[in-house]
Amino acid sequence: MNESSKWTIHMLAGLLIFLLLGMHMGIMHLSGFKADLGVADGAESAVSKDNSLARDANPLFTATYIVLLAVALYHGLYGLKNILCELGLKEGLQKTIGVLLLLLGLGLFGLGTWAAITVHLTAAGNA
Amino acid sequence: MAETKYHDNRLGIWGWFAGGRWGPERYAYTLHRITGLAVLCYFLMHIVVTSLRAKGIYLWEDGEFLHQPIFLVGEFLVFAAFAYHAFNGLRLVLIEFGWAVGKAEDPVYPYKSSLNKQRPLLALMMLAAAMVIALGAQEFIHALGGMH
Amino acid sequence: MHKGDAMAEQKTTQVTFHVRKYDPMKDSAPHYETFKVDVKPGMTVLEGLHIIKEKYDQTLAWRYSCRMGVCGSCGMLLNGRPTLACNTQILDIATTDLTVAPLPNFKILRDLVPDLSGMFEKHRSLKPYILRDDAEEMENPTGEYYQSHEEVEEYLQFTYCIKCGCCMAACPTLATDPDYLGPMPLTQANRYTTDTRDGGFKERKALAGGRNGVARCHYAGECSRVCPKGVDPAKGVQFMKRKLVLDFFKLYNQKGPCKVQHAPEGVERNPKIPYPPEKTVEQ
Repeated sequence: MNESSKWTIHMLAGLLIFLLLGMHMGIMHLSGFKADLGVADGAESAVSKDNSLARDANPLFTATYIVLLAVALYHGLYGLKNILCELGLKEGLQKTIGVLLLLLGLGLFGLGTWAAITVHLTAAGNA
Repeated sequence: MAETKYHDNRLGIWGWFAGGRWGPERYAYTLHRITGLAVLCYFLMHIVVTSLRAKGIYLWEDGEFLHQPIFLVGEFLVFAAFAYHAFNGLRLVLIEFGWAVGKAEDPVYPYKSSLNKQRPLLALMMLAAAMVIALGAQEFIHALGGMH
Repeated sequence: MHKGDAMAEQKTTQVTFHVRKYDPMKDSAPHYETFKVDVKPGMTVLEGLHIIKEKYDQTLAWRYSCRMGVCGSCGMLLNGRPTLACNTQILDIATTDLTVAPLPNFKILRDLVPDLSGMFEKHRSLKPYILRDDAEEMENPTGEYYQSHEEVEEYLQFTYCIKCGCCMAACPTLATDPDYLGPMPLTQANRYTTDTRDGGFKERKALAGGRNGVARCHYAGECSRVCPKGVDPAKGVQFMKRKLVLDFFKLYNQKGPCKVQHAPEGVERNPKIPYPPEKTVEQ
C-alpha cells in the first residue's frame, strides 16, 4: 500500500474519530451540561462505577469502543510516524520507527480489546 | 569536476514554527501537531488505565490515585486539545480532499489564493472549537468544585 | 520644471542592509555584514544590492537576470520572507533595517546564492512534460490537440510558475525533511496531469503518492503566501491529493490524452477566411 493510500485511510479515520470520540467526549464531559438542559438522566458522574458498568454491559458500547480503539490507534500512531519521519532521519531508522509503532499499535489494540470483552462478559454476566 | 563547497542552510525544527512571515494557517498547522501529540500521549496511557478495570482496578474512582485535581485539570487540557484538533482536522479533510480550496483561477495582482478561500472555514472551525471548550470548561469547573 | 527635477528632489531614506555573507573558501560559517544604502522611493532590493556591490563590497554575489519578476533567479529571504529581490521595493518592507539572506532549505554556495539543483532534480523526477503514447504524431503532427477554454482554465494558473524556489523555502516540511518533493514539483505534476493533452497520471502517481509525495504536505499554506506569481502551489498540491484519493477508490479517470483533431473533410472553406501569407523563409 503506498503512502497516499495510508494517508487517505488516516484522513477517513480522522472523520470517524470526530464522530465517535466526539460522542465519547460528550458522554464523559458534557453530561452535566445536558443535565442543566434537562436532557440527561440525573447529574451523576459519567465515570461513576454504576455508569461505567452499565456501559460495559451494553454490547453496542463495547463494539463501538473497539472500533474507536482501532481507528484512533491507527490515526494517532500514523500521525506520530509522520512527525518522526519528517525529521529527515535515515531510511533505515524510519523503517524501524514504522515497525515499532506498528507493534505498539497492535499490542495496545490487543490489550484494549481483551479488556473490553472481558469487562463486557463480566458485566453482562452479572446483569 | 571540483567538489563544490557549501553550507547547509536547512531551518530544522525551527522551520515548523517560523519559515518566513506567518499566516494563520501556519500557526494552525503547528498547533495541530502539538495537540495531536498531546492527545496521543494521553490516549496511550488511557488505554492502559482503562484496561486495568478488567482486573477490577478503577484508578479514577474516589480515593484512587487519579482522583486528584491536578489530573482533572490535565484531563480538561486534553479535552481542549481534542476539540481544537478535531475541528481543525475537519477543516483539513475538506481542504485536502480538494473541496474547500476553490478552483484554479487566473491570478490577478494583488493575488488571492486558496488561503483566502478557506479562511472563513478556518474562522468557523476555531469558533466551534472555542464554544466546545467553553462548554467543557463549565463542566470541569463543576467537577473540580465537587472534588474538594 | 521637468519631471526629472521632481525625481531628483525625492526624499532619500537611509536603510541599513544586513546581508548574510559566506565565502566557502574563506569563511567557516555565514555571517552578517552591514551596509548603509540611500534609498529612493520605488527602489527595489535588487537595485540596493547593485549599489552595495558598486560602492561597498565588490565580492557580494547573488543571482539575477530579468529584473522584472519573470525569470525566477533572484529569490532570497528579505526580512524573514522568501520573495524576489527584483519586484520587492525596499521601503515596502523596511523603514530603517533590511535583512537579506539566501533562501532557506537550500544549501548555500556563496553569499546569497542557493544550490537549486536538488529542486530541479525533484522537478524532473515527476516528468514535467506532456506524456502521450503517440510519439509519431508528436514528432510529425497531422492535426491539433483540441482543448476547450474550460480545460485550459483548469491548469493555466499553475503554468505561471517561474521556479524561483520561494515556495520551497517557506515550506515547513522541507525545513526538516530534505527528501520531500516540495510544493513546486508537486504542483507541476498536477499541472501536467490536469492538462488534457497529457496521459501520464499512472507514470507520476508512484512518486507523487509515495513516501515523499503529497502525504508530506499538511496545508500550512506558506508556499501560496510567498509565491511571487500567484500560482497558489498549496492549491495545486491539494488538487493532486484529490486525484490520488479518487484513484484510491478507483474513481479517477484521467481526462487525457485528448485525441488528435484533424481539419473536417468534405467541407468547403468559407471564402471570407483569408489564406496565410507566402512563406518567406526556406524550410
